[in-house]
Amino acid sequence: MAWTRKVLRVDLTNGTCKSEPLNMEWAQQYLGQRGLATKYFVSEVDPKVDPLSPANKLIMTTGPLTGTPASTGGRYSVVTKGALTGAIACSNSGGYFGAELKFAGWDMIIFEGKSPKPVYLSIENDKAELKCAAHLWGKTTWVTEETIKKTHQDPQVRVCSIGRAGENGVLYACIVNDLHRAAGRSGVGTVMGSKNLKAVAVRGTTGAGQIKDPKAFMAATAAGKKVLAENAVTGQGLPTYGTQVLMNVINEMGALPTRNHRDVQFEDARKISAEAMHEKRPTDGKTHLVTNAACFGCTIACGRISRIDETHFSVVNKPEYWGASGGLEYEAAWALGAANGVGDLEALQYANLICNEDGFDPISFGATVGAAMELYDLGILKASDIGMEAPFGSAKALCELARMTAVGEGFGKELGIGSARLCEKHGKPELSMGVKKQEFPAYDSRGIQGMGLAYATSNRGACHLRGYTVASEVLGIPVKTDPLVTEGKAGLVKAFQDATAVFDSSGLCIFTSFAWSLADIQPQIDAACEGDWTMEKLNEVGERIWNLERQFNLAAGFTAKDDDLPPRLKTEPAKTGPAKGLVNGIDKMRPEYYAERGWDANGKPTGETLKRLGL
Amino acid sequence: MKIVFKLFASLQDYLPVEAKMTNALTLELDEGTTVQDVIERFALPQKSCKLVLIDGNFVPPESRAARALRDGETLAIWPPVAGG
Repeated sequence: MAWTRKVLRVDLTNGTCKSEPLNMEWAQQYLGQRGLATKYFVSEVDPKVDPLSPANKLIMTTGPLTGTPASTGGRYSVVTKGALTGAIACSNSGGYFGAELKFAGWDMIIFEGKSPKPVYLSIENDKAELKCAAHLWGKTTWVTEETIKKTHQDPQVRVCSIGRAGENGVLYACIVNDLHRAAGRSGVGTVMGSKNLKAVAVRGTTGAGQIKDPKAFMAATAAGKKVLAENAVTGQGLPTYGTQVLMNVINEMGALPTRNHRDVQFEDARKISAEAMHEKRPTDGKTHLVTNAACFGCTIACGRISRIDETHFSVVNKPEYWGASGGLEYEAAWALGAANGVGDLEALQYANLICNEDGFDPISFGATVGAAMELYDLGILKASDIGMEAPFGSAKALCELARMTAVGEGFGKELGIGSARLCEKHGKPELSMGVKKQEFPAYDSRGIQGMGLAYATSNRGACHLRGYTVASEVLGIPVKTDPLVTEGKAGLVKAFQDATAVFDSSGLCIFTSFAWSLADIQPQIDAACEGDWTMEKLNEVGERIWNLERQFNLAAGFTAKDDDLPPRLKTEPAKTGPAKGLVNGIDKMRPEYYAERGWDANGKPTGETLKRLGL
Repeated sequence: MKIVFKLFASLQDYLPVEAKMTNALTLELDEGTTVQDVIERFALPQKSCKLVLIDGNFVPPESRAARALRDGETLAIWPPVAGG
């Protein structure tokens, strides 16, 4: 269905669940999911709030196309003030949880306060209640999901939960649903843990409805699916090779951050690539990759399901990890691999399994290990500090540190604070590779200039999913631009950011944008949703959302100084590849971007811009 | 002259068996051999040659027939792919 027009408000402090009508005026201005939940959030929460205090709120939210027959219409997002960043956080996940929440009849759940003891929220259609989670506290996400399904005697209950990382205050903890999908970034799971909220279990049987024009909607979604099927990327490339196919591409382009961004090319990139996942292992004759997988309603199916080598040192005598499970995706493979100089595919899969099992972001974790390895290399951290030798390239250190971080043991506690705080603590803040205390993803902005601006200005800290100019600068989608120049990147970044905000607010997956433009989703939204959803309106909604998030961050205390990159990327030129000799031109692009956005020299939206957007 | 030739993703099927584990092959070419000449020599479908890089730099479709390869260069080709 499109909007269910119902919000579930859960007061964790007092243990109450209350239904209230969705603000339909806001729905017309912000569409749903990321945009609409952010509007609720900024309207109810003090921007200066401590992210881990009861006064912070956490919203789980669907889009109007979540749960519908639209391809990839299974997304949900978690909006809060990020534990890692202190900025607005919006983490998006696939799987089946979002659609189930919609089937139960809810557009969003607003959690407020803090429960005096561990609880989980149980939803069955209209019925919502908080239940004791004492028996689940201390358990992994995998055990939590299984236990809840057994308790409810219903294998079709959909569960999202935090693992031990979220309980232990790892600042980049995720919320994991359907075993290996996650609202992954910015520490949304840490906020959930701070509220003593272990999980949400939902079962919905109300089905789809409230589509404005069902006939037009089915025609529009069928047309959209045809485009996805006939497109070489979404119809063949992504289902066959997954996101991991980028490993060799980005390495050849000299934009694969390696050993904490000391290098831009990794000598073992091929060993951890999509191509390697398709090869038979000498140990057991099996391929690492078992199959691809799809989230709810998805006709792309980019997900990877793999089986680890049972003879690998990380899982010897650990049969619980021998089954087929999620991974590796490109970002995780990069962060756990190239970022640390580790070229052992099985070790990466093990670390990735631990991240899924106990719910923490492999990007921030891997990048933090990379920073720790550099501190070790410089002699600032000793083996006695870490509990082991931890040189770049050590697969054993990576695997052991993943386990220690999951359970909050020894140096794992320090890794759990993220690279910014870790490097600050050891007197080397410049060695943290991130923006707004969130670690970079898998693209070095010396080799892909536009991504430097996208990272610096991302409202949730360094992130590739707020403005993925890689599509244009590397892949030629929708048009090819030169990755090595700064010219034209301000407008490109703004266009990607605004369009992404619309995709993220619709209930659809951003990966459709490799084949679809806004013009492909506009007829789907317009047929499903009350109101007149023109291209002009959608473009305005995207820009409005971006500025709303910006306003929250400014009120939270962020300034133009935070729209910046670490000194390494501005002063240490790339050593090899096409970008050899180049640094990122952020200082040139930033003022151009501010002008493009209608912001003043300090990065604040002008009165005219705010008025134009109705803010 | 010698160049390194790399094919990735579904295009690796066009490599000889011994090159599939590395995705790379060293080619001995005549002076003046162009990118398009190599594409045709390996019978690569034109529409599958989406991302064509020489030493990591993109070669647009309209330049491939004229761009002569030089000794020591690496030519790498992918079909349409994406990630995130």
